[in-house]
Order: sequence, then C-alpha cells, then structure tokens
Amino acid sequence: MSIPNSADRDRPWVFRTYSGHSSAQASNALYRDNLEKGQTGLSVAFDLPTQTGVDSDHPLARGEVGKVGVPICHVDDMTALFHELPLDRMNTSMTINAPAAWLLALYVAVAERSGVDTQQLQGTTQNDIVKEYLSRGTYIFPPEPSMRLISDMVAYTVDAIPRWNPINICSYHLQEAGATPVQEIAFAMANAIAVLDAVRERGDVPEARLPQVVGRISFFLNAGIRFVEETCKARAMTEIWDRITRERYGVEDEKLRRFRYGVQVNSLGLTEAQPENNVIRIVLEALGVTLSKKARCRALQLPAWNEALGLPRPWDQQWSLRIQQILAYETDLLEHEDLFEGSQVVENRVRELVEAADAELQQVLEMGGAVAAVENAYMKQQLVASHTARTQAIETGELPVVGVNRFIETADSPLTEGERSILVVDESAERAQIEALRAFRSRRNESEAKTALQGLRDALRNGENVMPPSIRAAHAGVTTGEWSDTLRELFGEYRAPTGVTAARRETQGEDMKGVRDRVQQLATSLGRPLKILVGKPGLDGHSNGAEQIAVRARDVGMEVVYDGIRLTPAQIAASARDEGVHVIGLSILSGSHQVLVLDVLECLREAGLGELPVVVGGIIPDTDADQLQAAGVARVYTPKDFDLTRIMGEIVDVVSEPRAAA
Amino acid sequence: MPEALNLIDDQRPAQRRAALAILDELEARSAFPGAHRLGVTGTPGAGKSTLIDALLRALRARGETLAVLAVDPSSRASGGALLGDRVRMRAAGEDPGIFIRSMAAREQLGGTAAGAHASVLILSCVFDRVIVETVGVGQSESDVHSLVDTLLLVANPSSGDALQFMKAGLLEWPDVFAVNKSDLGAEAARTRSELESGLAVGESASGEWRRAVLQVSARDGTGLDALQQALDAHRDHLSTSETLAARREAGRVAHVLSALRERFGSRGVEALGGATGVANRLRESGAGTFSLAAQLDAELDAALAARS
Repeated sequence: MSIPNSADRDRPWVFRTYSGHSSAQASNALYRDNLEKGQTGLSVAFDLPTQTGVDSDHPLARGEVGKVGVPICHVDDMTALFHELPLDRMNTSMTINAPAAWLLALYVAVAERSGVDTQQLQGTTQNDIVKEYLSRGTYIFPPEPSMRLISDMVAYTVDAIPRWNPINICSYHLQEAGATPVQEIAFAMANAIAVLDAVRERGDVPEARLPQVVGRISFFLNAGIRFVEETCKARAMTEIWDRITRERYGVEDEKLRRFRYGVQVNSLGLTEAQPENNVIRIVLEALGVTLSKKARCRALQLPAWNEALGLPRPWDQQWSLRIQQILAYETDLLEHEDLFEGSQVVENRVRELVEAADAELQQVLEMGGAVAAVENAYMKQQLVASHTARTQAIETGELPVVGVNRFIETADSPLTEGERSILVVDESAERAQIEALRAFRSRRNESEAKTALQGLRDALRNGENVMPPSIRAAHAGVTTGEWSDTLRELFGEYRAPTGVTAARRETQGEDMKGVRDRVQQLATSLGRPLKILVGKPGLDGHSNGAEQIAVRARDVGMEVVYDGIRLTPAQIAASARDEGVHVIGLSILSGSHQVLVLDVLECLREAGLGELPVVVGGIIPDTDADQLQAAGVARVYTPKDFDLTRIMGEIVDVVSEPRAAA
Repeated sequence: MPEALNLIDDQRPAQRRAALAILDELEARSAFPGAHRLGVTGTPGAGKSTLIDALLRALRARGETLAVLAVDPSSRASGGALLGDRVRMRAAGEDPGIFIRSMAAREQLGGTAAGAHASVLILSCVFDRVIVETVGVGQSESDVHSLVDTLLLVANPSSGDALQFMKAGLLEWPDVFAVNKSDLGAEAARTRSELESGLAVGESASGEWRRAVLQVSARDGTGLDALQQALDAHRDHLSTSETLAARREAGRVAHVLSALRERFGSRGVEALGGATGVANRLRESGAGTFSLAAQLDAELDAALAARS
C-alpha cells in the first residue's frame, strides 16, 4: 500500500462541536479539552436567556440558565469563556442571532483587553434573523430593525474584522422545520439576497467594497440522511450562488463568489429508539457534505448519537469528533479531485434542483423578498405543510425509519443503561450564575455603565452603526439584558406569524376517523367541543413540534388555542382560565421541563384549575418523566412518540378520565 | 366570567336552561349604552390582531378595561379549529384589565351569532369596551355588524383588497375603514383612495355618519390616535343620534333570526312573520332575546310535530 504524501491531500475542513453549558468556566474547560482531542475550531452554544437578550436573573430565565448553552451576561463571563485560548489563532463560531452585535462586541472587548489585534480575529456570528422567525424562535426585534443590525455588523466587520463572517445564512433550521431540498435552497438564497440588498440600500458600505461584503457571506447547511441528494443540493447551491453574486451584485472575482458553508448534520432524523443507529446516520450525513470536492463544507459539526435522549456527555461528543477525524485522516477522501465531475446522474439531479429552486426563489422575490415572505407567513406556511407531510409519511410507514416504524425489534442496548447515560446540568449552576451576575453589577462603575447605555441609545437614534457604542458598553460593564432592553425600547418586540392557522391540509385515514368520532362523542358529554391550549413555556423557540400537535388536534376535530412561544407559567394558567380549555399541551425542548412544568402546575392550582389535565412533550429522560407524572402531569411524550394520531387519542382519554385535584 | 362563557357554550339541557336564565337577567340589568362594542373585520393577513394589540395598549393606557372575542373559522372537514390570535395579542400579559377569548365559528354547528351574541353580552357587563374580531370577506360582515355598535374594516395595502370588497358588496357595512401597514407607502395610499372612491366619501346627508378611511400602521403606531378618535366619534355619534338603541335592537332581532334560520330555514322564519314579526314579538313579549329565541324555537318545533 502506498502512503500518500500529505502535501497531495486537501486541507481538511474545520472540525467543530456545538457545545457549552452551565457556566463560562465549565464551558472553557470543555473547549480546552475538545481542542486537545483534535478539534480545530470552536462552536459556542449560548443558553436561551443569552440568545433572547435577558440576564440570568430575569423571571423568564428561570430554569433555562446554562441549560442548552453557556450563559454570557457581561465582559467578565466572556473573558472566562476564552480563558487561555489564543483568540488570534482561534476560529470561533457563535450561534447567536438577535443579540449578535452584542456578543461580537463582548468578543472584541475581550480581544482588546488581551492585546489581540481585531484584524486577526476569525470566526462567524450566526446572525440570521429570518430563520429565527421561521423556525428557531430566538428573535427579539421586528424584521426591519433586525435587518438594520445585520447590515451594521456587515459594514463594521468588512473593515475592522475582515476575516469575520458577520452572518451565516442558515438553511439548516429550515430542514429541521420540514423544508424539502428545493425549499431549503430557495429560502436560503432569498434570505441572502435580503441581507445583501439591505446592505446595498442602506449605503453603509461603499459600492466598490460590495464584492468584499459578498465574499464574507457564508452559509450554514443541514445534511440529511438522503446523502446523495444532499451532495447534489450543495452543488446546486454552489452554482446558484455563483450566478446570483455575479449577476445581481456584479462580483467579478471568482474567489469572492465561492459558496462557503459550514454544516451541522441533521438532528430531525436522529431517533430516540435504538439510538446507537444514529452513529451510522451521522456518518452518512457527513459524507453527503464532504464527498464532493467542488461543494465540500468548510466546517463541520456533528451532533452526538444520543441527542434525542438528553444532553450529550463529553464522551458522546468525542465519538462524533472521531468520525470527522477518521473521515479526514484515515480515508482517502481528501486525495481526489471532485468525484462527481462528469457524472450524468448527479448532473441531472443538480439541474432539477437548480430549476425548481429558481422557480421558488422567483416566487419569493416577486412577493417582495424574504422579509415580506416572513411577514405574510408564506414561507412559514410552506414549511409547516412540508413538515406535516413528512410526519404523516413516517406515521404511515411510507417513509421508513429504521427502529421507529421498521425493524423495531431490538435487544437491550448496553449504551443506554444506567442513570448517567446523558449529561445532567448541575441545578446549582443557575444559582451560582445569578450570584456572580449580581456581584458583577455591584462592583462595576455604575455611572460608566449608564453613560455607555446612553451612548448606545443616542447612536441608534442617530442611525449610527451599532458596533462601536456596543464595544464601549461591553468595556463599561453593561449586561446582556441591559443592552437588549435598550434596543427593545427603540425597536419594540416582535411576534412572528405561526403559519399554523393556514395549514389547510387535513390529515385523513382510518385512525384519524376513529379519533375524530371519539372527539365528537366527548363533545356531547362535555356539552361543548373539546378545547385544548397548546403553548411553549420558557425561552425555547423551537415551535415545529408544538405546531404539528396543534394542526393535528385541529384535524381530529378539537378547538385549538395556539398560544405560541415564550410564555411564563402564569400566562399559560391565565390563558387556560380565560379560554375555558379542557386540557393543556406544553412543549419544551430546552431541557428545563422540570422547573417550568412544575411552575405551570403551581400557577394552575393558584388559579383554581388544579384539576385541568396537562400533557407535556419534549426531550425528557425517563427519570424526569416519572417525576413529572408523580407531580400530576397526565402524559409525557418524547421524540419516540412519532404517531401524533395516537397522542390525540390519548388526549381524549386524559380528558375523559375522572381526575382528582393534583 | 370565563365560567359563564363556558356555560353559554354548553349544549346539555340543564346547562342551557341555566345559561338562558343568566343571559335574560344580564340583558335586563345591563346599563344602556354600557360598553362600546367594536367589531374588527378584514381579509386574512390584513393585520387585524396586530392592530387590535396596538389598540389594546393605547386604550388600556387611557384606563379602559377591554375584552376581545376573537372568532376564527372552523374546519369543514373535521369540525376542529385553530385559534391563533392570542399569539399576536401580547398587550394582555398578566394584566387583569384585558381579557381575550378565542372562539371557533363552527359554521356547521349553528353560526357565529349563537355564541357570539351571548358572549358579547356577558363581556359587556364587565368591561368598558368589547372588541369582536372576525375574518371577513363574505357574509360574515352583516353578521358581525349586527353584533356591534361600530364596525371597523381593516384592509391590506394591496390593490386587490379594495376591489374584492367592492365586488363582494360589503362596503355598506363598516363604519370606519383602516388601511393597515401604511409604512408600505404608495401602495397603502393607493388602496386608501380606491376605498374612498368606492365609498363616495363625503356624499352622505347632513347628520349622517361620515365614513372615514384612515391609514394606520400597527407596526410603527402611525395613525393610531386618529383611529381612536374616529372610533370615539362614531360611538358619540350613535349615542347622540339615538341610532344606537335602534342598532342594538336590530342586532337582537338578527340574532333571533339567525338562530332560527339555522334550524328551520327561511320558511320557518317567514312563518313567524320575518324580521318584523320577530321584532314585534321581542317588543310585546318583554322576554329576553335569548329566551325568546328558545321559545320561538320550541313553537316551530311544536308546529312541525303537529303537521307530521
């Protein structure tokens, strides 16, 4: 066997792991550990309070601090997060959107304090607000000021931090929300066009610098299990982007037209049943975005095999990192030119995708572009419809999922035995973070912080760039909540269209008819139709699951009050009382189900609704589910419960059952 | 009060009797003119809920207490309904001075009017203003018109909207028009002028209500003050011109008629002498609207039974 000269091999993509939890210190230790294991870039996961611009001690933050990521409230948190990490040599990706300008300002402040030239900083702020409205839910401000913030960051970084990607156009979350490949391509392109058009219209960047701006736009893709099609998708996007940048923005330099993208492979398709199979899925999905040299990703992060069960442990993340290393270093993948050059099969599929995506893109542009298609709910409705179709195909078995609707027989898995098979965030982390935040506030120079906030307010009112006053505010000890509140005062808060009320497609089938009959019978004995409240307490904005539940409940004949995201337990109890519902369905994917659900039950008791049945869906480990049921929750559903019609039948059971006050 | 709304929705016989008793008593006791009843209608996507949310904030700041009855269509296939208006109305928060109730139209089960009339009555006994939101374009404009004192139509700034309203012949119902999303500029202004020419604004006789077309933006607050003034002006106009009492009475008659028409069709309504007959019965009997509807229902039932 010949051992190839390493000079003949392509450089591997950047290896990342999306991570962060509990506190800046704990996350820093995790990052250093990961880098030692051969990870080559950082991917910072922030907790939901940080992502939605509230401090750790805000009432809405309760139960969410340090859960799905690291809490960052101020410059000392950010300093601790990057303790002893060489910022001038790091490639840092931050999954931060609505307050992206603020987190970048904190990062710059940390660099400045440690004497690192910002010209050296390399990385990405996700900063894609359109997909937040469509899928991920951690938006704060309305579309227009949000686009302004993005434009400000683009204009600022192009000179001050030239190696920074100020925005990562995400099609990832569109696929998680049910997008077909065509929708994923078209909506992502529409989104990128909206950003670049906004930058151009605002005139923040001289026309001559526009090609540099275009060259800094990067993408964040999803890679699903249909990995041949995913390869074609990446090639199609490469082609379309090259054309758009040339024709629409007049970019001559081929390098600046290159479609640069990072990937997180699909989480939607990872199963809770027989979770070890997910490793195979992850490998195949990674192949989809690395096989084709012409359309290979620049950075890759792989989820852990047990993500559908709970938070992964360091060992689980290591296993995913090893997949990347084997692919890049052991196989001969990086020794070849593009494998698909000249393949008629791939060429044809790419052609089909390009044509269909072009047509869809044209439709969105005619509507007024991505922002208009958010506000009129067009894109959201399309996604909800695709997701409904996918869910149904899994239920009917038309779309096979091994271990879920096919080949479900299994021996006991040694991997999921025992209580420590997932990571449990220490509940004391929230308290410690709040104490540290309060200590920080009391030791900072109050008048400096006030002055910096006033400076931020004035600059925004005058239409100046948000970055310089934000960096000054970071140095002055302003907190994440204060920065965001200042912008809330000026811009207001936004509620994105849910798309559910327009979900016209009705689900059919024998099972459906059976449940529908039972819903009607129950209406007779209740005296009025079964009314259900569906909502998401806490800060988690991933509403796809709740939306599917709401649509299916409508389709079995229930009257569904859809209350949306970011609700306090008290608001949920008040809605339930005012609406006169018979049952409440809660969805929580952030792992903070214990605190939030118990709070909802408590508020219901206070409102005199202690007997109202509550069902809960989420990523909920068995031990937690037992505790929730002991506390009075009627049913708990996890990702393995894919049969929505069966869930509807059980909701009818729950309402029919006589209940004692919990 | 939420329990009262549950009760009037309850079709079981004992609950129905209890509900009628409560409704009659509330109707007899409620002050005149009492709460202002405002209807808000318009095409889907016109921004009704967002505009109501902005109105709630503004009116609440004046110290008013407010209730919203948000009516959404039911699915004809399943009978279910997705009621998503709460999401857009966040003014309430945890403020007990604002109450929001979502309601399915249930076309196939007895029309909007049945439950909505009773709900509006209950809510108007508790709150200063009751807002009824319905999806428009179709026959529901006349229905919601009979429910409220003032009907506001919210239009999208797109040329199609004004044209559709005219075609559907529903420009006669609303008292105030608001073209939303005025921040979209030229298109909003064009829709406004289309509506104005459709209404032939300014040609009304003296002493009659002069219907205004306003441009508003729920997003940036433009025109909200003018809208509040127009709504207040219409309420004042009604109470000084004594048309409010007549309008409320017509509304009660319309409720009885639509309840009967649902079960007995136009033939059944004719047998009772149509709108005039029902209006006379309502005046003569001294009974509450809701028990009269139940009584006439029973009479027609008995008449049918006698014939068969």
